[in-house]
Amino acid sequence: MQLLHEPSPEQIKEKKLYAEMGVSEEEFASIENILGRLPNYTELGLFSVMWSEHCSYKNSKVLLKKFPVEGERVLQGPGEGAGIIDIDDEQAVVFKIESHNHPSAVEPYEGAATGVGGIIRDVFSMGARPVALLNSLRFGELKNPRVKYLFEGVVSGIAGYGNCIGIPTVGGEVQFDPCYEGNPLVNAMCVGLIDHKDIQKGQAKGIGNPVMYVGAGTGRDGIHGATFASEELSEDSEAKRPAVQVGDPFMEKLLVEACLEATKHPKLVGIQDMGAAGLTSSSAEMASKAGSGVRMNLDLVPQREKQMSPYEMMLSESQERMLLVVEKGSEQEFKDIFDHWGLNAVVVGEVTDDKRLTLMHEGKTAADVPVDALAEEAPVYHKPSREPAYFREFQKQENYRPEVGDYGTVLKQLLQQPTIASKEWVYEQYDYMVRTNTVAAPGSDAAVIRLRGTNKALAMTTDCNSRFIYLDPYEGGKLAVAEAARNITASGAEALGVTDCLNYGSPDNPEIFWQLERSTDGLSEACRTLETPVVGGNVSLYNETNRGAVYPTPVIGMVGLIHDTAHITTQAAKQIGDAVYFLGEVTSSFAGSELQKLTEGNIFGKVAPVDLNAEKRYQKQILSAVHANSVSSAHDVSEGGFAAAAIEKLFGTGFGAEVTIPHEDDLAGSFAEGYPGYIVTVPQDKKSTFEKAAPEAVEIGRITEEAEFTLRNKQGETVLKESVDELEKLWRGAISCALKSKD
Amino acid sequence: MKFAVIMFPGSNCDVDMYHAVEEAVGEEVEYVWHNETSLEGFDAVLLPGGFSYGDYLRPGAIAHFSPIMEAVKKAADEGKPVLGVCNGFQVLLESRMLPGAMRRNKNLHFICKTLPLTVENNTTVFTNSYEQGETIQIPVAHGDGNYYCDEKTLAELRENNQIVFTYGLNENGSTADIAGITNKEGNVLGMMPHPERAVEELLGSADGKKLFTSIVKQWREKNAVTS
Repeated sequence: MQLLHEPSPEQIKEKKLYAEMGVSEEEFASIENILGRLPNYTELGLFSVMWSEHCSYKNSKVLLKKFPVEGERVLQGPGEGAGIIDIDDEQAVVFKIESHNHPSAVEPYEGAATGVGGIIRDVFSMGARPVALLNSLRFGELKNPRVKYLFEGVVSGIAGYGNCIGIPTVGGEVQFDPCYEGNPLVNAMCVGLIDHKDIQKGQAKGIGNPVMYVGAGTGRDGIHGATFASEELSEDSEAKRPAVQVGDPFMEKLLVEACLEATKHPKLVGIQDMGAAGLTSSSAEMASKAGSGVRMNLDLVPQREKQMSPYEMMLSESQERMLLVVEKGSEQEFKDIFDHWGLNAVVVGEVTDDKRLTLMHEGKTAADVPVDALAEEAPVYHKPSREPAYFREFQKQENYRPEVGDYGTVLKQLLQQPTIASKEWVYEQYDYMVRTNTVAAPGSDAAVIRLRGTNKALAMTTDCNSRFIYLDPYEGGKLAVAEAARNITASGAEALGVTDCLNYGSPDNPEIFWQLERSTDGLSEACRTLETPVVGGNVSLYNETNRGAVYPTPVIGMVGLIHDTAHITTQAAKQIGDAVYFLGEVTSSFAGSELQKLTEGNIFGKVAPVDLNAEKRYQKQILSAVHANSVSSAHDVSEGGFAAAAIEKLFGTGFGAEVTIPHEDDLAGSFAEGYPGYIVTVPQDKKSTFEKAAPEAVEIGRITEEAEFTLRNKQGETVLKESVDELEKLWRGAISCALKSKD
Repeated sequence: MKFAVIMFPGSNCDVDMYHAVEEAVGEEVEYVWHNETSLEGFDAVLLPGGFSYGDYLRPGAIAHFSPIMEAVKKAADEGKPVLGVCNGFQVLLESRMLPGAMRRNKNLHFICKTLPLTVENNTTVFTNSYEQGETIQIPVAHGDGNYYCDEKTLAELRENNQIVFTYGLNENGSTADIAGITNKEGNVLGMMPHPERAVEELLGSADGKKLFTSIVKQWREKNAVTS
């Protein structure tokens, strides 16, 4: 991509070289209009990255406006590095999720690792101590060698970065569907903790204040990463490996500690991560937000390669770098902080009042553009939208019902589907315990970390069943938020808010745009009803290969507050003799279920509507039962339906259970999905307390000493009786077995 | 009693070690930065886990050149208890304060889980509060925890009763299931599992607490006699 001799402004226009940078003809005309002249190569580079979908949300902005972003506890909504929500006692939780899909598709280890590094910087740039990492991953079927390579590479990349930097990776989800084969999804979420007084903003205020560059040197890696992330993957994508950044978690560990010291310093004015679009976005956004300008001398930028051009320096996405604005005269104090950690801290420019980004290089002006034009005035498109034919077809298919034989055999098959199977192979590679706060480790509905020095804890989860969103973006969108909230409430927490990562195909395709439109409607409605405002997030479009787009996958990252650590609830059954209850409402829909995929090889049909008010009612009951100390364990029903959820409660416990299917229809009651449902265990002496708190719950069985799992129907007939050990073995071994298998 | 927690650039279990001492055994504890040169005034030295210097070259290989390591050796020579956990163990091996070396885990993956350990020697300053042969649950979290030593060294370790902990479930491939060893004198312990992660029931296990209380107990006994 780097040219030996940069083309002249005239050549750029004449030969339409802007197209290579993803700039359209109209956009180029508009840049020419803003500048009142033709842009030079560097300036065009600045616009191309800042106006990419990745940085500007130009195609999704109209839809993002629908999200509820306010709430009593919201301290910082979308727009800064990460959202912030009050958790009482002058403390707040800071969190955000971000995608690193395209880099991971061509270079899985570094792509995933730098995705983790980037989201951590978003959180500590707010002044928060990062305390937990989560992720949400999608791959093709674990059958083809390329998918296995991507899966193994992504997992070790996440592990490599998170383990080294010493932030526990406490939770996440992994799903497998053919649509992700060439375009895996790698979404990373970081959760941080902050005292209200320490909240920072990325603003370049105070004319004459120095702009400091801290952290790693700038190299030629990741040039045009943001642009690369904003186009479809093709056979040529492999050639864009140089657009993938290379991470150094050791450097970032030092950077976290140094920056957290710096953010406590009263003379820090603003701080921002050099993430996507690196030096360009950090400087332009900080100036734009403050209504100021920034003038930088690029000769002063620490460089790790020789003879870098302004274009390369400004577009590099080298990792582990931050931009600071400090009060004039305090430069040395900040240099000392960074020096202690062995890091660069160099004054590279100053804040100006001209609202322009001016870049000097070897005594010449390399670029001079208005900051607002870069950061705020990217074009906004409302793309055409069209209801896809597949959707109309699915809406007519109401009564699909799979044909199955023996329920025990079905359950065994389901438990071995990689989407349902134990993810131990994945999470045992993550250090989920470092910093010694992890109470509920990966494998439960939500991860829980306690807040040292308080009686509080935070619950967190990532969730999205994209099959339902593909079948019906609106209902599926509602379900994604509802499911995340179920995970949070099942752990004993009050849901606080959401960060979302919207992974879709190309918005230029009206049917994809329709998916975006309808699913964001569903997400917005659910967030509103369940009172979980969206405080930040990320959009990743163009997730498609020549074989088609991924399922619409709006991953929901949700955080909840547990007021008392005594209320922390996990999914595994706790003691023999406890009563088993079901709270919820089974629907008979198999559309989008794991069983449908298993029996038919694909998914289709009409999804049952999601009743958000009922959802809210059940969540309230669960929470009040937990608060009444009447719940010993809770787990929500998701992939694999009631039977899978019920057996999952027994894994790792050595217990068995006898339960009655909570529905007239045995098959739906066992394996249907997409409805609100919790399976709860209650100590015998707490039954009346529990029933008062959760009046809609029904008692369906008990936990037994004998490690057998027995399902009976409402007539009292045994429909399934299996050894828990045998089921557990299949469930635990399925993923490593699939990876070893040669077919 | 006063503990030192050594911080190398890239240490990341330093905070956990600090909390284990402060909250679980209630003794005095301070961080000591890697470029300090003295450990005067400290009664015990803790080398925490993490990725000192990014684990570049080999885990622990660069940390052993840190200025503080001379002081750590001096403290060990003076008979003070020195505990290296995970990366701290790797630093002790690279510094030749303990025999043997680390290889990557046999499955070539990082392993994070709680494993059963057997207390093989309860006569050390680190284990005097455990029962001989007791099984304890302690988490591991490492990519390079596959302990190796040759047969001669192993025979010596056995002869001198230097093997303090073994794995009940050997997931990383360590020679003779070794999870932790001391020097001949018994006052330097290196172990891959993290006792500082197992000091509270809330987090799953408190079996590591006795390791810290053992150190304090012995120090109190010794100081009661001398003072």
